[in-house]
Parts: sequence; structure tokens; C-alpha cells
Amino acid sequence: MKKQRKQSQGNGKGATVAAAADAPAEKLSCTSETTLTPEQMLELYRYLKLTRMVEERLVNLYRQTKVVGGVFRSLGQEATAVGTAYALGPQDFVSPLIRDLGAVLVKGIRPREIFAQYMAKAWGPSGGRDLNIHFGNMEKGFIGPISHLGDMIPVMTGVVLGARMQQKDTAALVYIGDGGMSTGAFHEGLNFAAVQKLPLIVVGEYNHYAYSTPTRLQTAVENLADKAAGYGIPGHIVDGNDIVACYEVARRALEYARGGGGAVLIEAKTYRRKGHAEHDDQRYVPEGEIDWWEKNNDPIDRYERFLLKRGVATQEKLEAVAADIQREIDEDVAWAESSPMPEPEQAAHNVFDNSIVPPAFRPKVLES
Amino acid sequence: MSTATKKENKQTRPARGGQATLVEAIRQGIWEEMESDPKVFVIGEDVGAYGGAFKVTDGLIDEFGEGRVIDTPISEAAIVGAACGAALMGMKPVAEFQFIDFISAGFDMLTNYAAKCRYRWGAGLQAVFRGPCGGGVHSGPFHSLNAEAFFMNTAGLKMVEPSTAYDAKGLIKAAIRDPDPVLFFEHKKLYRLPRLREELPEDDYIVPIGKARTRREGRDLSIITFGAMTLTALDAAEELEKEGLDVEVIDLRTLAPLDKQAILDSVRKTSRVMVLHEASRTGGIGGEIAATIAEEAFEWLDAPVVRVASIDTPVPYSPPLEEYYMPQTKDVLDAARRLAAY
Repeated sequence: MKKQRKQSQGNGKGATVAAAADAPAEKLSCTSETTLTPEQMLELYRYLKLTRMVEERLVNLYRQTKVVGGVFRSLGQEATAVGTAYALGPQDFVSPLIRDLGAVLVKGIRPREIFAQYMAKAWGPSGGRDLNIHFGNMEKGFIGPISHLGDMIPVMTGVVLGARMQQKDTAALVYIGDGGMSTGAFHEGLNFAAVQKLPLIVVGEYNHYAYSTPTRLQTAVENLADKAAGYGIPGHIVDGNDIVACYEVARRALEYARGGGGAVLIEAKTYRRKGHAEHDDQRYVPEGEIDWWEKNNDPIDRYERFLLKRGVATQEKLEAVAADIQREIDEDVAWAESSPMPEPEQAAHNVFDNSIVPPAFRPKVLES
Repeated sequence: MSTATKKENKQTRPARGGQATLVEAIRQGIWEEMESDPKVFVIGEDVGAYGGAFKVTDGLIDEFGEGRVIDTPISEAAIVGAACGAALMGMKPVAEFQFIDFISAGFDMLTNYAAKCRYRWGAGLQAVFRGPCGGGVHSGPFHSLNAEAFFMNTAGLKMVEPSTAYDAKGLIKAAIRDPDPVLFFEHKKLYRLPRLREELPEDDYIVPIGKARTRREGRDLSIITFGAMTLTALDAAEELEKEGLDVEVIDLRTLAPLDKQAILDSVRKTSRVMVLHEASRTGGIGGEIAATIAEEAFEWLDAPVVRVASIDTPVPYSPPLEEYYMPQTKDVLDAARRLAAY
């Protein structure tokens, strides 16, 4: 069992450390090379912590059956989405996957929208038509994903293509997983973006599992970033649990893309500590693997160590941030809970612009 | 571009109106929309220098440049996806499938992304997805498709198929201006058919999406059809007139949303109905039309609704096989006679 565990950790950066000993010699922190100001560092901390706390609350709501659909956690991999999305400007667009809630929050979507959406409420951004982060906000530069993995790569290619036609300085960041990179849409979209030299940053999250399937059954490459060669674009590997490194690699990629270099593939090595969704018992994960990552390579622990060591924040300050987030979450959950459920007949509206679909079954047919 | 291709090309701006074939009418329509709206652009395989496999986009690249006439890799999912993304940004893409058969490679992006975007979060996608459809030109199983039935059961996609040059121009313009995704099917047999050459108005016009057109008034029976089969129906109607049968021909023009009113009006007028289409019969659009008539005009019928359509096989290549596969004028005549005698 122990051997198995080490094998499956062999691909991640943190896992390399783990292979040498059961725990890293020195507790992991974040890279010290950064352009982030102390204010930005604290803001980044807030988003990171917010992401975890919003998800924890969603799990509570799910257990209370107030969330009617599934809850998909990013526990243990939050730094990738938060750090990379933080490098985007207000004119830029992001398209996350289900485990990139952090990127949605960084783009300015409020927790209340997420709660209302998960609870299928009328005040949710899709009015109860779709789940979780499957919505968008063009003003804020957020385009939600659909369940079909890979589809957002061509869509985001089109977003930057459309922006370029309008002479807008807009770049886009789109996420994909080690599983989603096996789709045809991923290939077609990234290839087209590369050919057109469009400013599209694709972040491939190596989190070890696609539902239950380990990455070795998804791809024969050692690193997801190796795939960049097939598109003639640069590929970078980053420690996905080092939020500072995630920010820096995305910032540099965006600079390169905006400067006319075109598409970039970034691979973030991270680890999914929860199952595909809350119902998943993770029986396919070798014993001890999750514990190892929790104890030795948690992105929040690492960033807190970084902030404390650098003197950016005190323990009291970090606790104050968490308390403030807690207040916001309580308020937003209350708001979402106070929302009515959608009116049933709203289901028939707006398939097309201003259209109302007639009921599928008409009693009057039989009455006449 | 080879010299031979150049000779064939029509790189100059098309006339505004005047005598035009169906392909010329579509080209005029796209050209005029690109002239009047800088947000309209063309994207697809070989649509640039080559002008498209059927020359629908011929000359556009010379007039509007590579920025608005985009040659893509052989990637239908990327074509549809990029069109959707650009539409989100306010652009108005006219995406080409080289043959409509290849729409299957963009099916997921069309049915899951394009079709559901407005419904899910209010982001309507103003985009046209067009391409040559249909058989009868000996192109075999992969270049002869009629794709409408694949999409009939997907809410959120409009579907259009013209059978005249006038309608082709008016409908492509309406599709480009429509706030929702429109699949625009062009029967390749009609592109350069001399019979369809007609005088188009010089002034800007559109043909509204969602409206059928009565191509021939009649009292005795209705043929509800669209696309190239409209010509088959009209030919049959002329034959039947000699036998004293007065046939009405309805050209649907829009397949989704269906013009139910026009269908039901014709049923109430003639009480005998044939639905005629080129796609295979089982699961075809004819079943939907027949069911609608049964539900909403049952008491007006004097005979069962008859479906005349292709047999349930792939489209075969060899001329005798293909002729057997798809409805011919004689099949329509036979069915009409039986329907009238019922």
C-alpha cells in the first residue's frame, strides 16, 4: 500500500519531496520571488480563504438538503485557480471548470450568487435554470463552463478572437483538467488559438484524478505541459499549491500572450483531496495519500506560513480576515435562503429571444 | 491559388440584386451584411483565398481581408466554439461547414453550447452556421446529408432552408440579423440550377424566419415540403393538374420553429396531406409535422397523413442506388394519386 501511494504521488512536485521521505524536511511555503505588494498578498489570501470557506458552507447546505444538485470541491487545489486568475486585468476573461470557484470569486462574483445558484433559487444568476458556476457575467469577464469538458477552450478562443477584431486588449484564461485534456474540443480549440496567435492562457490542472481515473490512464505524457510542443506554444510547469508561483507564472504568460506571442499552456501540479463530488467515497485512492497532502502540502497552510514568515500578516490578522469572511458568508447565505424558488412557468421562457414555449401537452387537444 | 481557380473565381463585388442563382443570392446576402455591419464576419475551412468549396464566400477575403474572413484548421468544434465565443463578445459570425455532413463534428458545441446559452444565463448568441446539404449529386454517404432531424429535438437552434434565390438572400440576411443561433441549410443541387435563376430586388430585404410560403395554391391536397423537394413537389403538381388534381405546395422555408399556422391552414383547406422530405423517413421532420396535424387538425382530415421521404439507409453513391434511395417525382405522383383516391 505504501509503495502504491508513492507511485501515485510521483508526478507532483510536492510528491517528489514525499518520495524522499514521508514528510518534507522543511515545511513547504511559497516562492519568495514575487512582484506582489503586501496589500495584494493580503487580498490574495482573502480570496484563497474565501474559496475554501464558501465550499465548506456549500457542503453544510448540501447536508441540510438545501443544495439540490451536487457539490464539487476544490479542497487542496484552491491556490491554482485563485493565484492564476489574480493575474488577470479587469478587461480580461476567465472560464473556470467546476473546481475553479476561486477564479470566479477573484473575478468579482459574490458568494451570494454562488449560494443562490447552488440552491436553485430564483435570485441566482441563471434563475434556477442551471447549476453551480454554470453561468456568466460578461461585464465582469466571467464565462461559466458547461459540463462537456474541453468545450470552453474553443469558446474562449472565440472570445479573444472577437476581442481582437474589435481591437480590444483582452486576454483570456481558461482551465482544463488532466482528464479534460483528453477531449477533442481541447485539441481543436488550443490548436486554433495557437495558429491564430491569440492571447489565450490554458491552465491544465494536474490534480491526479478525473472522477476516479488516475492521470496515467488519461495520457501517456509525463507532464501535461509536454503537450504544448504539439501546438508550437510554450508550456510551463508550476507548483499548483504555491499560490505565489501560480500568480507569477500566469502574470508572465499573460505578458507574453498580450505582447503578440500567442497562446500558452501552464500545467499546475496539485492534488484533489475530495472526491469528484460530495457523494464520491474515493475508494479508488490509495490509503494515506489524501492525509499526506493534507498534512504536508495544503495550499492555505503554505501561504499562511509565507505571509507570517515574511511579516505581511500576523496570526491575529489572518484570523481577522477569516472572521470577516465568515460574516460575509453568513449574510450571503441568509440572502440566498430568502430568495424564492423560481416560478414553474419560467421554465418555458427565453429559449429564443423573448420566446415562450407552449406547454408540451395540451389537454385541449382531447377536449375538443 | 492556381490560375485555373482564379478564372473560376468571382472576386469582384456581386451586383446588388439583378439576375442571380441561389449560390449568388447567398453570396450577395453575406456580402451586403458584411458591408453594412462591421461585426459580421465569416469563419470556416477554405472560405478565404479559395472562396469556399462551393464558392459561396468567393471574393470576400479580397474585399474584407483576413481579419474578417478566417480560414480555420479542419476543426468543426473549434469553428462552432470560436463562433460562439466571438458572438458572446458582440461579433456576428457566419460559420461555414464545408459540407453539412461535417456538422456532426460540431454537434456537441452546437447542441450543448450554442443552443443552451441564452436559456441558461441569458447570453443570446447571434451566429449563423451554414453549409451545403442534400443528395442527388452522387456524393455518397458523407457529402449528401440532410441534417435537420438531428437538431429538431434540441431547443435553442433555428433552422432554415431556402428553395428559391429570392428566399435564399432574404433568409441569409434575416439569419445574420437574428439574435439567436441559426442553422442555414443550402441544398447543393440548387446552388447553380438555371431554373432557379431569378431577378432579385436591388433594395435591401429580408425573408422573415418562421414563415412558410405557399408556392402553389390548390384545393385537393397539400404537399408540405422544403428545399430541393419543393421543386419535385411543383413538378408533380403540374403533372397532377393534367389529371384534374389541384395540388397545394407549401415550402416551409423555416424548419425550426415550424410555421404551424401555415401547415394547419393548408390542412383545413385541402383535408389531404403529404409531407415530403429528402432525409430518411424514420425519425424525420415529417413525423413531427404529421403528429402536429393529427393533434390539432384531426377532424379536418379526409385521409391519413402520408410521408414521402428517403429510405432508411445511408445515402448511396451509385446513381441507380441513389435514385432508388430518395423520393422521385414518380413517387410523389403515386402517393398523391392514392391520397386523392382514399
